[in-house]
Amino acid sequence: MLFLEQLLNGVQLGVTLFLMASGLTLIFGIMGVINLAHGSLYMIGAYASALIAAATGSVALALCGGLLAAGLAGFLIEFFVIRRLYQRGHLDQVLATFALILIINQSATMLFGRQPLFVKMPDGLNGFVTLLPGLVYPIYRLGVIAVGLSVACGLFLLINETRVGMLVRAGATHREMVRALGVNINRLYAMIFALGALLAGLAGVLASPIIAVQVGMGEQVLILAFVVVVIGGVGSVRGAFFGALVAGIVDTMMRAFMPGLLRHVLSGPDADALGAGLASVGVYLLMALVLLLRPKGLFVRPA
Amino acid sequence: MRALRPALLALLIVLLLALPVLSEALRQPAAIGLATQVLIYAIAAMSLNLILGYGGMISFGHAAFFGIGGYVTGILYSHFAEHSAFLGLVPGTNDMLIVLPLAMLISGLMAAIIGAFCLRTNGVQFIMITLAFAQMLFFLFVSLKTYGGDDGLMMRRRDVLPFLDTRNDTNFYLVCLTLAGLWLAVTRGVVRSKFGLVLGGLRQNEQRMEAIGIAPYPYKLVAFIIAGMGAGLAGALMANYLRFVSPGMMNWTRSGDLMMMVILGGVGTLMGPLLGAAAFVILESWLTTLTENWQFPLGLLLLALVLFTNGGLAGLLDRLWGRTR
Amino acid sequence: MNGPPLLKVSGIAKRFDGLVATDHVSLEQNAGEVHALIGPNGAGKSTFVNLLCGSLRPDAGTIKLDGADIGHLSTVERVHRGLSRTFQMTQLLLDYSVLENVQLAVQSQAGHSFRFFKSARYDAKAMAAAMACLVRVGLCERAKVRVADLAQGERKQLELAIALAAKPRLLLLDEPMAGLSALDSQNMVALLQSLKTETTIFIVEHDMNAVFALADRISVLVNGRILMSGTAAEVKASDDVRRAYLGEGDV
Repeated sequence: MLFLEQLLNGVQLGVTLFLMASGLTLIFGIMGVINLAHGSLYMIGAYASALIAAATGSVALALCGGLLAAGLAGFLIEFFVIRRLYQRGHLDQVLATFALILIINQSATMLFGRQPLFVKMPDGLNGFVTLLPGLVYPIYRLGVIAVGLSVACGLFLLINETRVGMLVRAGATHREMVRALGVNINRLYAMIFALGALLAGLAGVLASPIIAVQVGMGEQVLILAFVVVVIGGVGSVRGAFFGALVAGIVDTMMRAFMPGLLRHVLSGPDADALGAGLASVGVYLLMALVLLLRPKGLFVRPA
Repeated sequence: MRALRPALLALLIVLLLALPVLSEALRQPAAIGLATQVLIYAIAAMSLNLILGYGGMISFGHAAFFGIGGYVTGILYSHFAEHSAFLGLVPGTNDMLIVLPLAMLISGLMAAIIGAFCLRTNGVQFIMITLAFAQMLFFLFVSLKTYGGDDGLMMRRRDVLPFLDTRNDTNFYLVCLTLAGLWLAVTRGVVRSKFGLVLGGLRQNEQRMEAIGIAPYPYKLVAFIIAGMGAGLAGALMANYLRFVSPGMMNWTRSGDLMMMVILGGVGTLMGPLLGAAAFVILESWLTTLTENWQFPLGLLLLALVLFTNGGLAGLLDRLWGRTR
Repeated sequence: MNGPPLLKVSGIAKRFDGLVATDHVSLEQNAGEVHALIGPNGAGKSTFVNLLCGSLRPDAGTIKLDGADIGHLSTVERVHRGLSRTFQMTQLLLDYSVLENVQLAVQSQAGHSFRFFKSARYDAKAMAAAMACLVRVGLCERAKVRVADLAQGERKQLELAIALAAKPRLLLLDEPMAGLSALDSQNMVALLQSLKTETTIFIVEHDMNAVFALADRISVLVNGRILMSGTAAEVKASDDVRRAYLGEGDV
């Protein structure tokens, strides 16, 4: 039962990672921009919803406020910074968005201090449900999984069934072609970026009652999202989805069971130390393995 | 401006050599410490510049090797202090003549392993993966409670050299100055060699290089290893300077700082990283005296630099110094 | 010229997502001969070039150079076996000088470049060899110029010089006339004429005048298949070829 519970925790981490990674992979796949500040949008969503929840106590307001804040931040970032980077090399993109992280993180520290905020679990969602005999699981985390999966479905529909989605798919492989078709590229890009910002903000809002809301939270999840993108393949939303689930589950499972398994082989403290070490690098080893077998990612067809 | 270059270079060397005397004469004892940091970061930035500026590999994980160099130093010292042995096999030491080469060796080895994976990709994936592997090492050292975990390792004294008291800050500064000079010479040699010609070619057009029969991977990997060794040397020196190592040394923001130094000074130039490291360290120490939120103006500055000067100060310095290959 | 052909391509095939780009193409070329491949747009010429030089791996078939199968080798290995190419869209090292571009190709020919401390400029032998290639294509006065500052015609000449520096047994020219002015084209044809005695040339080209002036044998590629192979006169006389160029749907 512990196993199933941890599996669900892994899925829950996985959908959070998916919300981050899908935005990243779309923004890179279509716009050719690597955006390090994507984690900052996650943080902004989390901070906004945490503060609104503390002030009003309303779940709905916190959700909307978080999304709005992240979307607005995304719009501003795109308008003032990213828009100037489309034609530049990756180095300029990395540096400019790195600068954004410094600015946004420091702003958050100045505004809200270094102390992490803890968000009270919304009433009504703080209970537990019995999924199976012996498997009791927090409602909120189940909700996160449900929201994440439905967003994933919505995203697949958007990409596979709509005109915007067609442009997105075409743009990921033939950027010049889409430009040549006379599509208003600036508007398409702004929309993609806003979508990515909303997804990152949603991830932040959903995570805020589970983890500590603090400066630097964005970068932790950002780097994991990079791992996901590499595993799944750059530009592939499907890859991001499966990559995120795999990474989420592997990370959670390694942390939960690695020390225990090692205790069969080694003595207590050694096992704990080594286990903790191995667990923290588990997803990265997975990434290395994928790189060995499929350097372009699992869900991108090799040329 | 080109004609002035030898004169400027001579002036710089004289200034660097005379700095200990100057700092005493001007009653600025802090200057020597600041200059030591500049030199150490210059070594790290020069090594990053070899792959980033000359080889076109945008590594966002260079601090990993800086941190490994630091940890080799710290771990050897801790075993030396406790009279124990690493993994029960390797005895500790505080002999700088052993520590520095070993730090470079281990960093080079790690660079070989990490590079072997990362260089299977390129472009944006390479950026993400170098960052991810660096973060992996960061978490690994955070979880290594034996060597201080999050809190890091203290060294009671600096590593020792024969005939020279490294506890004296001026002496240590001169050690760093010598090594920075040596590393500059090494970089200059490598960049102008046949290997360097190939490396620069790979930056410009890999397809062309393959078409003349040069496989990119081994050359890029060797450059990555050399760069890792340089960062390891810098890390070992920094551990000695601070007498402290922590996972923070290989934090991803540290990689960003190193990148910023390279950009500030001028990508793909020999002296650029030294100037960039000086600009960065001085700027940082100045900003921290103004406000504890110094990262805010630093971020704004970097952003303005990238957005409005078209490739950072590099362009400006290109014109001043002439691009060296 | 008896003995095995220098290049022997047998039944080579490549498909992309079900689309057949190269459909079991076979052709041969003897040493000393100029073989031209022509065909309408979309016939699969680029794919064939990429298969020959190793940018793509064939799904079926073999490529033999001097009797040895090179179909499984990488681009780099093929270069060292004596198969050198030029690019339709020039691929040059723009920050380097003209001489440095050629020098790298000479350097690659001389063995590995893991030489770290001696300045590349001091290799007089390599410099001389590189210079000789530039003289050969008439670019020696531009040796010190940055490639970014070269005109299009000069870039095409440089492509050729670089390919020659590899001392190829088979020189693969991918549309050497593309993007050239009439005058530059004439010069290029004259230059290639003069190379005929030195190396074996396989040329893919749109410019029919150039092809008819240069080629000993011409193969016509249509829809990924070799429609016919023959002399210039035979190709000119062929109704099939005319039909293929005018568009099959109309006939």
